[in-house]
Amino acid sequence: MAHQSDLIASDILAYLKSHEEKSLLRFITCGSVDDGKSTLIGRMLYESKMIFEDQLSALESDSKKSGTQGKDIDFALLVDGLASEREQGITIDVAYRFFSTDKRKFIVADTPGHEQYTRNMATGASTADLAIILVDARKGVITQTRRHSLIVSLLGIRNVVLAINKMDLVRYSQRKFETIEKDYREFAEGLGEGHGVKFDITAIPVSALKGDNIVTSSQNMTWFEGPSLLEFLEEAPAGENLEKAAFRMPVQWVNRPNADFRGFSGQVASGRIKEGDAIRVLPSGREAKVNRIVTLDGELKKAVAGQSVTLVLDDEIDISRGDVISEAKKPAEVADQFETTLIWMAEGPMLPGRPYLLKTGPKTVRATITAPKYQINVNSFEHVAATKLELNEIGVCNIATDQQIAFDPYTDNRETGAFILIDRLTNATVGAGTIHFALRRSANIHWQALDVNRNLRSNLKLQKPAVLWFTGLSGSGKSTIANILEKKLAAMGRHTYLLDGDNVRHGLNKDLGFTDADRVENIRRVAEVAKLMSDAGLITLVSFISPFRSERRMARSMMEEGEFVEIHVDTPLEVAESRDVKGLYAKARAGDIKNFTGIDSPYEPPNNPEIAINTVELTAEQAADNLFNYLLERGIIDT
Amino acid sequence: MLTHLQKLEAESIHIMREVAAEAENPVMLYSIGKDSAVMLHIAMKAFFPATPPFPLLHVDTTWKFREMIEFRDATVSTLGLDLIVHINEEGVEQGIGPFSHGSAVHTDVMKTTALKQALEKHGFDVAFGGARRDEEKSRAKERIFSFRSEDHRWDPKNQRPELWKIYNTRKSPGESIRVFPLSNWTELDIWQYIWLEKIPIVPLYYAAERPVVERDGTLIMVDDDRMPIRPEEQVEYRKVRFRTLGCYPLTGAVESSADTLTAIIQEMLLTKTSERQGRVIDHDQAASMEKKKQEGYF
Repeated sequence: MAHQSDLIASDILAYLKSHEEKSLLRFITCGSVDDGKSTLIGRMLYESKMIFEDQLSALESDSKKSGTQGKDIDFALLVDGLASEREQGITIDVAYRFFSTDKRKFIVADTPGHEQYTRNMATGASTADLAIILVDARKGVITQTRRHSLIVSLLGIRNVVLAINKMDLVRYSQRKFETIEKDYREFAEGLGEGHGVKFDITAIPVSALKGDNIVTSSQNMTWFEGPSLLEFLEEAPAGENLEKAAFRMPVQWVNRPNADFRGFSGQVASGRIKEGDAIRVLPSGREAKVNRIVTLDGELKKAVAGQSVTLVLDDEIDISRGDVISEAKKPAEVADQFETTLIWMAEGPMLPGRPYLLKTGPKTVRATITAPKYQINVNSFEHVAATKLELNEIGVCNIATDQQIAFDPYTDNRETGAFILIDRLTNATVGAGTIHFALRRSANIHWQALDVNRNLRSNLKLQKPAVLWFTGLSGSGKSTIANILEKKLAAMGRHTYLLDGDNVRHGLNKDLGFTDADRVENIRRVAEVAKLMSDAGLITLVSFISPFRSERRMARSMMEEGEFVEIHVDTPLEVAESRDVKGLYAKARAGDIKNFTGIDSPYEPPNNPEIAINTVELTAEQAADNLFNYLLERGIIDT
Repeated sequence: MLTHLQKLEAESIHIMREVAAEAENPVMLYSIGKDSAVMLHIAMKAFFPATPPFPLLHVDTTWKFREMIEFRDATVSTLGLDLIVHINEEGVEQGIGPFSHGSAVHTDVMKTTALKQALEKHGFDVAFGGARRDEEKSRAKERIFSFRSEDHRWDPKNQRPELWKIYNTRKSPGESIRVFPLSNWTELDIWQYIWLEKIPIVPLYYAAERPVVERDGTLIMVDDDRMPIRPEEQVEYRKVRFRTLGCYPLTGAVESSADTLTAIIQEMLLTKTSERQGRVIDHDQAASMEKKKQEGYF
């Protein structure tokens, strides 16, 4: 690759020395479909001589074949990656490009400007130090510009270049440039008032196609006194602020090669640390001092943001993966309830109440989302009432985790204030979020330890508590079987309670309907009630359709080990429908009832129930007998 | 303020530690080339004073340069690491080789299939690879944590979003993950780091007098007597070196006098053809790498 630097040929050692000192800047380019984004990136690669001769000849022949620039080189072809994209002429995913100048190495996140834009842009922006917002000089600030700017702001990028492109098509008009810059600055003022950050804006008039103001100042726009795009990128701050922030290091790995060494490995997220510094470990709050900073290249006196190190402390305190080592005097916060901005990235919607996994740094915990406080319209920035979030929607939501985690507000620290949400069944990354602040609610309500506990209560009743969870289609026979079983247990003097879906919907859950979101909440509440009852020592029979695996799994995870018995009342839809005891299937088929399980709302059968009952082969009485015997075998009851 | 190489190194270490902490049975694919050398060097740093908590895996096609194998064994014994060498024995029994079956069949059987065999045999769920995003267009879109279906295929349209440095490593049964800790390095970064850190590399990268024949415009080194010499061909000694290393019959040498690291870097910077041109397997249509990767080639 022909780097221009004459040093390569004349003094390679001096060249290598000078490149040793290069810094690294990561940036993202945002623009809509025809703003010339690929052309801009292709142009930068070309101008920085990162294109090989063979690539260049391929580019020239490709340009003639499928380019859009007539006989000229189509730089956009350089950055079009996947074969399927080349055919469709679109970019479908985030791609990373690399180029360097004599001063800096650059990593560019190239994200598509059309569908999936929110998901892909957020991904590219999450690691960027700077954003280039591309505007077509003929069109000015348009809806997409606002949308891109909002996402950049929410992802915490302060340093923004407004690149006003295609200046050649507006006769390099200074007035045009100034009008667009003024429009943009006025609009951007409002951004800092939401949950994002305020921009530091530099506007540059360019023509990516013709090369104006890309590397050197353009002769066509002598009225512009600012730097060229590359000049600006070479000097822009690249994460220096992180070093000034308070020290944070999430622990990735406890390094114990032998009994004499115990170190905590991680990458310094922010700030600096030196030997002797006092640290506090969160969430435990234990304190110690740093004895040594260990690396293969020898011990360090200090370490700064970005470095991967191993810390040895002066005290044997308990630290595990996911804990955050922080400055003792400026520790991170600890909480289990937060207000957050959430970007939804999955095909299926975010459902309040459904349990997800939340991963922040190396820490993974269980989390549930309460209903969105509001959704943010990415085009108008309006706050819209919402009960769920669909793919590519952004909302402000409260999140509760099942244990305390260490964090900082995202606007203070992008490393310790960010998280992703993972679906527990598909393992997909379904959402990305930034933490605003902790909800004090959780800090002020302490768990009351009681002297009379579950063991004592169940011992008094001479039984083991259990939750017998009947799931199956409407009309499958759940309540009939549960009722017979409860009678048998009562006859033996066991203390029981039957929570029936229809009955609970008359009281506790009478405010809930039958949408997916309401079904999730319906199950969450009844699972909480069942938990209290088993805490009271009862054998609880739950007879709910409970159509979704993830909520049944949530219910299981709330109970003590071995206490949850999932009973699949397995009746084929045709059979249940032909019985139609309550006449509901007929109504559902007629369209009088919406969201009816099995008809227009899905039922997800259990994969591994403790016991499955085939109601086609067994009578309800036989089924109850089988269950009774199962409880005996499991030792939940004895005779 | 960290330099770009310090940042890249720290990022790679972070990635390796994440894998070590979350994978059940990780492995590092070690191809003996310069990228593997850098990856291994960083792994030694990531877990110091412990040694890396995973073995190395070399998929041996039985056609690697002899010097590569010597270098591999010496490196592993110096560093005190576990090395697993896997050979596709079925392929050996069928006598598969690049001369008799051509590069496509040889690579498919002895490399792609062999890799799948090895991962399945040992039950590895996560495998480190030394691939970089700058190598080739389709790589530019691959994630650092890249998921493979049960049959080891890559689905470029169904990749998980990868935000910040929070990696979702959860996988469904049968799925495995390829992890590329050097994703954000360029070829120049690799060479500069080797120079700066004094990392040993296979001597074949340095120019020396070696026996070669010119075949279809490519210089092929006669590394052993399995290579059939055609009547019109002549084995001659020329001063050559290799830009990439693989199976000797499939790896073209370049004439060069670069016999020091700085001379290699100088030559690399001044040279006018990109890295993968030396590899015979890439010489088919433009989208070949994407296709190979979907099929499970690393």
